Amino acid sequence: MPDGVTGTGIGAAVKRVEDQRFLTGRGNYTDDINRPGQTYAYVLRSPHAHATIKSIDTAAASEASGVVAVFTGADMEVGGLPCGWLIHNEDGSPMHEPPHPPLAVGKVRHVGDQVAVVIAESLAEAKNAAELIKVDYGVLPAVIDMKTAEAGGTLVHDDIGTNKCYDWGIGDKDAVDAALAASAHVTEIDIVNNRLIPNAMEPRAAVADFNGANSEYTLYTTSQNPHVIRLLMGAFVLSLPEHKLRVIAPDVGGGFGSKIFLYAEETIITWASARIGRPIKWTADRSEAFITDAHGRDHVTHAKLGIDDNGKFTALKVETYANMGAYLSTFASSVPTYLYATLLAGVYTTPVIYANVKAIFTNTVPVDAYRGAGRPEAAYLLERIVDRAARETGVDQLEIRRHNMIQPDAFPYQTPVALAYDSGNYQATLDSALSLGDVSGYPARKAGSATKGLKRGIGYSTYIEACGIAPSAVAGALGARAGLYESAEVRVHPTGSVTVFTGSHSHGQGHETTFAQIVSDQLGIAMENIEINHGDTGNVQFGMGTYGSRSLAVGGSALVKATGKIIAKASKIAAHIMEASADDIEFKDGNFTVAGTDKSMAFGEIALAAYVPHNFPHDELEPGLDETAFYDPANFTFPGGTHICEVEVDPATGVVKVDNFTAVDDIGRVINPMIVEGQVHGGVAQGIGQALLEGCSYDSDGQLLTGSYMDYTMPRADNLPNFKVATQSTLCTHNVLGVKGVGEVGAIGSPPAVINAIVDALSDFGVKDISMPATSAKVWQAIQDARG
Amino acid sequence: MPTVSMTVNGKPVSGEVEARTLLVQFLRDQLRLTGTHVGCDTSQCGACVVHVDGESAKSCTMLALQVDGAAITTIEGLANGETLHPMQEAFRNNHGLQCGFCTPGMVMSAIDLVKKNPKASETEIREWLEGNICRCTGYHNIVKSIQEAAGNMGG
Repeated sequence: MPDGVTGTGIGAAVKRVEDQRFLTGRGNYTDDINRPGQTYAYVLRSPHAHATIKSIDTAAASEASGVVAVFTGADMEVGGLPCGWLIHNEDGSPMHEPPHPPLAVGKVRHVGDQVAVVIAESLAEAKNAAELIKVDYGVLPAVIDMKTAEAGGTLVHDDIGTNKCYDWGIGDKDAVDAALAASAHVTEIDIVNNRLIPNAMEPRAAVADFNGANSEYTLYTTSQNPHVIRLLMGAFVLSLPEHKLRVIAPDVGGGFGSKIFLYAEETIITWASARIGRPIKWTADRSEAFITDAHGRDHVTHAKLGIDDNGKFTALKVETYANMGAYLSTFASSVPTYLYATLLAGVYTTPVIYANVKAIFTNTVPVDAYRGAGRPEAAYLLERIVDRAARETGVDQLEIRRHNMIQPDAFPYQTPVALAYDSGNYQATLDSALSLGDVSGYPARKAGSATKGLKRGIGYSTYIEACGIAPSAVAGALGARAGLYESAEVRVHPTGSVTVFTGSHSHGQGHETTFAQIVSDQLGIAMENIEINHGDTGNVQFGMGTYGSRSLAVGGSALVKATGKIIAKASKIAAHIMEASADDIEFKDGNFTVAGTDKSMAFGEIALAAYVPHNFPHDELEPGLDETAFYDPANFTFPGGTHICEVEVDPATGVVKVDNFTAVDDIGRVINPMIVEGQVHGGVAQGIGQALLEGCSYDSDGQLLTGSYMDYTMPRADNLPNFKVATQSTLCTHNVLGVKGVGEVGAIGSPPAVINAIVDALSDFGVKDISMPATSAKVWQAIQDARG
Repeated sequence: MPTVSMTVNGKPVSGEVEARTLLVQFLRDQLRLTGTHVGCDTSQCGACVVHVDGESAKSCTMLALQVDGAAITTIEGLANGETLHPMQEAFRNNHGLQCGFCTPGMVMSAIDLVKKNPKASETEIREWLEGNICRCTGYHNIVKSIQEAAGNMGG
């Protein structure tokens, strides 16, 4: 807690408001919701990665016990699931956007693709009936590997004549080629950013309830952004007007990006609810989640970094293949482009950068944003190639970074890949991390490990990322089909308590606490008199939701803007009642005071005067005290920092133990340090998971080999250490709170630190590279191969 | 359909179930005790942990009929009114939860750990939690919560 911070205001480690209900089993998650007369949906899915659908016979299923209806793609004449970001090829032509029908039409394109839906009185009856559906598939060869897919042959989408969704570039290619040719040294690297399966602990679920009396649809769904779901589903797929479609995302059990997107199942049951005139519930089991939740990452990259005689980076050239999976998920196209290649300057002064990205369709689950979304891929690439460059040129790992870092006095800093960093101090976070991580004690720890026969290594990552996306006009110019502002309404009640309606959505981040802290701070009222309402399009004005660490930077800024309007209006009311000029009204600690006098009115008194306007400036103001603000950010925010990982490797078994992990992050002003630390812990755990444990694996036929918790290694408590976490902040210069965002930093900064540490530990064996996930088998094999 | 009877959170309950009905389905669907969650289908995640005759158990991996006559405690049965159980209080105090979905299972499992091993070391706590997956917290604050609760529960 900063000096002097007490109570519940900004900077206080307030215990979370939402915890009482979660700890007592009174959370209200989507699968906890039941509607009168509810039926249950079960989705029949493709067992094949690629096949034509010759015929579907649903006759027996339709007659089965308890079945209410069976639908296939032929029944559901609606639009396709849309993509929200149009990318253009380097030649200026638009990307390919093949149709994505909610229920497959003519062809299935990945294991898990939706083929039919059975709706029955019970889930068991729906499942039993689904077994009676006869689907005649014409099995086709599957294309799984991106480079094979690029070559053509087997086409995921026949009509577009290619498996390449787009071929995009950013930066000055000719300048980069020339600079690389002139460089004293060029370091090259091949990097695979492993495909991950998000695995929020709450499986996706939805309850759709059509009310025939007024033709209104209500959809309860596991979403990070219910307004976006309403817009996409209503306007693009089902042709439902927004005022007849209410989307409620109640308590949501984790998202990590996977619950941003519009999915087939929620769309199908919303449509079907009107067809059968009854509510329908669908809940994914975990096996379904593995083959239907949008996956993350999955980049294959070759990169070259030029270095001059003085050890300065001269140029960076990056060629990346990005897997889109079988269909374009909602924001899939933006992840390997504007959320990735624009971050390739990192914290360094590399003068010229060029990146080419080829997005490829394959017969796998669609890939989209997962915690960090593009930025972890950029940070991993950069921090690995910098590490390798240091080893190749014989320069210290820290020295090569310091020597090339953007200096603290260089802000605002324009990178060669579009972004303009507003603030930062990378040297300061590095110094703090070296201290917190006791790096000076590392040699002794390494010697201690050696006495146990273990190889100890240390790895660094001085990363940057971009959050708070984005100025809508800029995003629109780059192809975004949505605005990226956020909204807040501050509704002051007559007795002075406040309900806030925010377009942000909390699914673990603790907004009910932090947003209330902000309002408490701004309006000088107690937290228990503030309620944060979110996640219901029936209550909340249009909002864009929560992803990309944007809630505080964009949603919090909207909230402060709304409270500012409240204070401005209340000051005028106070001035009228106290017979003073509005310019003389001072507002502090919840009291309006006439400057230089002892005349004062409490916030609650003004609220009452606004709603009982007997003594009120009617010629100037309308009664009431209820203000809405929309905030469109002026720029991205740029959190960054230093992560340091120490590992101990057992050369006999290849087992890697993370023994000392330090993260010092610059996230701007901290509203609640307790919640900030928790966000970093969780992000680092996911980053260590990616580096050591998690890897989605398909066989050549497109069958998912890692389709359950028996096969896909989730980080568990005994895989992880305690973390050393701190913040070392510069303020964001363009939002009123000075905040940058914290949700993703842990997952972005940590993977390269872990892998660099393993490479360091194995350097004695001559091992130069290890790919993620660095499983014990892989590490052991690398040691054997290096030993020859 | 057969009838099953048990005590849940101190109250006798009974209901007709299919033979295949899982304990977690009985709790959630028939008793509407939705604090117990289902996070996987391979008995790995632990979101469904309850106490059966005082021992932690995964309610997704037991038939309702298996616990006929047993005393079941769910997350809803821990607090005394608004006064939290020491383990619940420690989770709140140490930010041991974020989205809250794994939390009921974590808390139920952790109570059983402290009962069996009141002086559990950090390593022992982490090993015990092998059957409970959390995607939000990185476990750091869960371990801290359990350590604090162990002290407050007389460990």
